[in-house]
Amino acid sequence: MENLIFLVFIFVIAAFLGVELISKVPSQLHTPLMSGTNAISGITIVGALAVCAIQATGTLGMILSFLAVILASVNVVGGYLITDRMLGMFRQKNDKDKNKNKSGEGQK
Amino acid sequence: MIINLAYIAACVFFIIGIKKLGRVNTARQGNFLSALGMLIAVVAVFSEREVADSWNSDWIQNGYVWCFIGIAIGSLIGIIWAKKVKMTGMPELVALFNGFGGLTSLLIAVTEFFKSPDGGDAVNAVSIGLTILIGAVTFTGSVLAWGKLSEKITGRAIVFKGQKSINFLFALTALACIIIYVIPFIDAEVKFIAIMSLVAISLIAGFTFVLPIGGGDMPVVISLLNSLSGLGAAMAGFIIYNTVLIVAGCLVGASGIVLTLIMCKAMNRSIGNLLFSGFGATQAASKGGAQTEPKSVSAEDAYLVLEAAQSVVFVPGYGMAVAQAQHVVKELAEKLEANGAEISFAVHPVAGRMPGHMNVLLAEADIPYEQLKTMEEMNPAMPAQDVAIIIGANDVVNPAAETDASSPIYGMPIIKAHEAKTVFVLKRGKGRGFSGIENELFTMPNTLMIYGDAKATISALAGEFNN
Repeated sequence: MENLIFLVFIFVIAAFLGVELISKVPSQLHTPLMSGTNAISGITIVGALAVCAIQATGTLGMILSFLAVILASVNVVGGYLITDRMLGMFRQKNDKDKNKNKSGEGQK
Repeated sequence: MIINLAYIAACVFFIIGIKKLGRVNTARQGNFLSALGMLIAVVAVFSEREVADSWNSDWIQNGYVWCFIGIAIGSLIGIIWAKKVKMTGMPELVALFNGFGGLTSLLIAVTEFFKSPDGGDAVNAVSIGLTILIGAVTFTGSVLAWGKLSEKITGRAIVFKGQKSINFLFALTALACIIIYVIPFIDAEVKFIAIMSLVAISLIAGFTFVLPIGGGDMPVVISLLNSLSGLGAAMAGFIIYNTVLIVAGCLVGASGIVLTLIMCKAMNRSIGNLLFSGFGATQAASKGGAQTEPKSVSAEDAYLVLEAAQSVVFVPGYGMAVAQAQHVVKELAEKLEANGAEISFAVHPVAGRMPGHMNVLLAEADIPYEQLKTMEEMNPAMPAQDVAIIIGANDVVNPAAETDASSPIYGMPIIKAHEAKTVFVLKRGKGRGFSGIENELFTMPNTLMIYGDAKATISALAGEFNN
């Protein structure tokens, strides 16, 4: 029971922290923020790995947890990479003037 | 001990990462930090004693082997998708990733159910039940959203009679199933049936929850599903008593809710109204046929106006994404700038199919983000603008939202493009917008329509500057 209270406590604090962190984000960054937090929600990979590695649940459980590991890995790796790719495009104007010759690339 | 410290470190990385993600200059670094946190968490879980004790010399029985195979396969798929996806396809990819997150939580919960078919203690049972519910709803809801966004199925709202009562019934049944699982003295077989029904009902409920939501409301749905995928992860954390899952999941859940509320505010609608009314389906009261036909103009004539313009504002919408017009828009903007005009882009918070969708596309086209203005920044300057060019946006510039109390979008804050001296509206054809609402802007005296594919029209305009 004490354990549960502790977990609930963490949950509530994290909720407030999350609201505080996100409220000030400018709308320009909403998409990267969403895909970045989406990658964080891939933290389920930790759960999936724990369940898959312990292997306490027979063949069916093994198959399900193996699937879970694959899906979570897609979510984590894909999520972080796509966020990074997107953020690479958000550059300031002075950076852009430096490599102006590059700007023609995208227009093909 | 060390493992718990590692989990705390991972949480700290996530928190700093999200904080840095909120500023343009540090966003990329923030994303990297949060990825680092993930790596720490993954390494830590492999060193947990219970996990390490499960080491088995027979490789088929060895969970580690399967974990690494799974990570390898998943990472490969993730890398390929992340490299291949076009920026216009971002909303559907995020929707799909949300779905994967939901399905992962669902699978973890079902596996844990097999481990304790009698439910174990109440906390464990409730956590398993809730994780199944949230995970399954997130999964099928996201898959349907993905289908709608990638236009594999119609993006329009699908509403049928009794939808609300059916959803209510689903919620009640799901609750009953969880209660059956929690009560200690009920037979294990009954519990098995209850949990399987819970899985089935939750999967169906995910569909019926997203079905009545139209394409224009997708930014809200994606935010909400994002939030749910985080909550699912947090619930899974309660099952396996893992703090890092709870913290990270809860952070995502909270951020998704904040984004959802921001989107709702930008549409002046309550979340309940949005989820249950089927916006795209509510038929706009057609206002008599007395309206004048919109004036249209050719690209050549439009060029003459643009050439003389000192200030030009672009208002992009989902149509720009569909036409993949962001690169030619950039070209035109550069030509106009070289011609001495001041350029800005007015981005409505709900333009496109996910929060911030337009900003990503414009950034992809290398448009400096200093030129990107929010609705609040742009509106006061609007009457001073010589030309407003509307590219595939509709409801977000509809003055009816301000003037016509009978309009379904009345009260929604808009970009006041109609206050510019001349307004060009680039549109594929005559017909209404996604929401099916007449747009008064099109028939205003200072508005000129340029029909045709947005990309072709803008290239034609940019081409005129070369001659």
